[in-house]
Amino acid sequence: MSNVLIYVEAENGAAKKSFLEAVSYGAAVAEMLGGKAIAIATADLSTDHAGEVAKFGADKVLHYGGTVVQGSQIAELVAAAAQQENAAVIITAKSINADLAVPMIGAKLKAAVATNVTALPDLSNGFTVTRAAYTGKAITQVSLTGAVKVLSIKKNASGLKEYNKVLVVESFSASISPSKITVKEVKKQTGEILLPEADIVVSAGRGLKGPENWGMIEELAKTLGAATACSKPVSDMDWRPHHEHVGQTGIKVSPNLYFAIGISGAIQHLAGVNSSKVIVVINKDPEAPFFKSADYGIVGDAFEIVPKLNEALKAAL
Amino acid sequence: MKILVCISHVPDTNAKIPFKDGKPDLSGISFVIAPYDDFALARAVELRDQTKGKLTVLNVGLADTEPTIRKALAIGADDAIRVNAHPHDAFYVASQIAAIAKQENYDLILMGRESSDFNGGQVHGMVAEMLGLPCVVPCMKLDLNGNVATMQREIEGGKEIVEVATPFVAGCQEPIAEWKIPNMRGIMSAKTKPLKVVEPIPVETYTNISKYEMPPQRSSVKMIDKDNIGELVRLLREEAKVL
Repeated sequence: MSNVLIYVEAENGAAKKSFLEAVSYGAAVAEMLGGKAIAIATADLSTDHAGEVAKFGADKVLHYGGTVVQGSQIAELVAAAAQQENAAVIITAKSINADLAVPMIGAKLKAAVATNVTALPDLSNGFTVTRAAYTGKAITQVSLTGAVKVLSIKKNASGLKEYNKVLVVESFSASISPSKITVKEVKKQTGEILLPEADIVVSAGRGLKGPENWGMIEELAKTLGAATACSKPVSDMDWRPHHEHVGQTGIKVSPNLYFAIGISGAIQHLAGVNSSKVIVVINKDPEAPFFKSADYGIVGDAFEIVPKLNEALKAAL
Repeated sequence: MKILVCISHVPDTNAKIPFKDGKPDLSGISFVIAPYDDFALARAVELRDQTKGKLTVLNVGLADTEPTIRKALAIGADDAIRVNAHPHDAFYVASQIAAIAKQENYDLILMGRESSDFNGGQVHGMVAEMLGLPCVVPCMKLDLNGNVATMQREIEGGKEIVEVATPFVAGCQEPIAEWKIPNMRGIMSAKTKPLKVVEPIPVETYTNISKYEMPPQRSSVKMIDKDNIGELVRLLREEAKVL
């Protein structure tokens, strides 16, 4: 029997949506392998919210009573759970800490690792996954031959699916080493929608002319329940914080809907957004290269169009 | 302070990746130090100067990567090691780095948060695990005070300040330092700096790229008149079904 273990990261008591997507992905893989989909979560997941993990596909939720703060500790926890459950496949969504845990789990278990996986695996001839290479300029099929496989999946790799399984919670204990890294200070903007988790992203570039003009972008994002993002020049000039920068050297996003406002569409920017499902480009330059990579485009002045779009959306939604 | 910077040799990020016979054809493309590795190298040069230490660059690659390694020497590394092997996957590369680091006992092992060719973001974590060292990724600022480093790390929606004692591994990104452009003196001296070629240790690997494809192209863009914004909202709801 080949079980699948899914790491579930939670915030404010509830599982993050991208990690619920990982649970659905894991449930689909478990069905293919004829095994169980088992989730592992820490005390960050409150038991009130554990039902969502079963709803989206987990046969069982292992609940670790403590919290873990560093990637190395997540790796220890997940490796211990994988060994207990005899997991053949380990799955996680992307987050800063999970991204570091993934290679550490790989090295611990001598597993085959694939990150940024964009679709369900193909099991017709071994175990093959699809992932992007050259920052989205090529797609590769990677065959994983290790006895244990570790996959980190991108948002929208397979989406959320309701399985509505019966919730089974089992407490899990493991001895986790103290981290050698001391966290001195955390500066986090609260209340905003996190970019890697967002279904809709409203991104703006140099066409906005200055940081004082971001009010309309934030309003549009608020109407849509979207995260705000920006191009590299904008974060380089400190108009917006670095964690909003999407592109080759910033965050890579794959939301359902990406608005690019006043961004010309340099190849490095496209590399960070080209796996978005639908792209809308608003630019006053009809020759902006971004229009070639868009699904919908409007030629015009952002200062005129964005407020109008916001009003139209408010009326419609 | 003994500093190791691991660099990848990757296609220039401005280049389109052409395909030939179902594979990327990189023959006409210039290669560079991977952008994130270049940030790590730039900060490492500053830290080497501050601590009057020694800075080594390491690349796992065949002889064609030597011009890229020489560029790192021109930027300011003191010497270089090339592990003479095709970098099969992250586990293979990390195993080679760890084998060398076990003998050399570096205080700092820096590299980029990910390479720009296969974007795995795995090598730093694997090296740290293999050596039993702490690992900080993505590291946006790194200051040393004696053997204690204060680092700024990007987290979702913000940043955190962490402290860790050497030795450790860090995966770096901007704005840790400004990229350095080699000057003429650097380029001249790079030609005579030591570049040691070592043979790889045997490593069993568990991943193989079985196929390359071009990314799917978007069907042509649908243009909407700026005086008809309602049409965009309708299309997003009814056609694209994303609202």
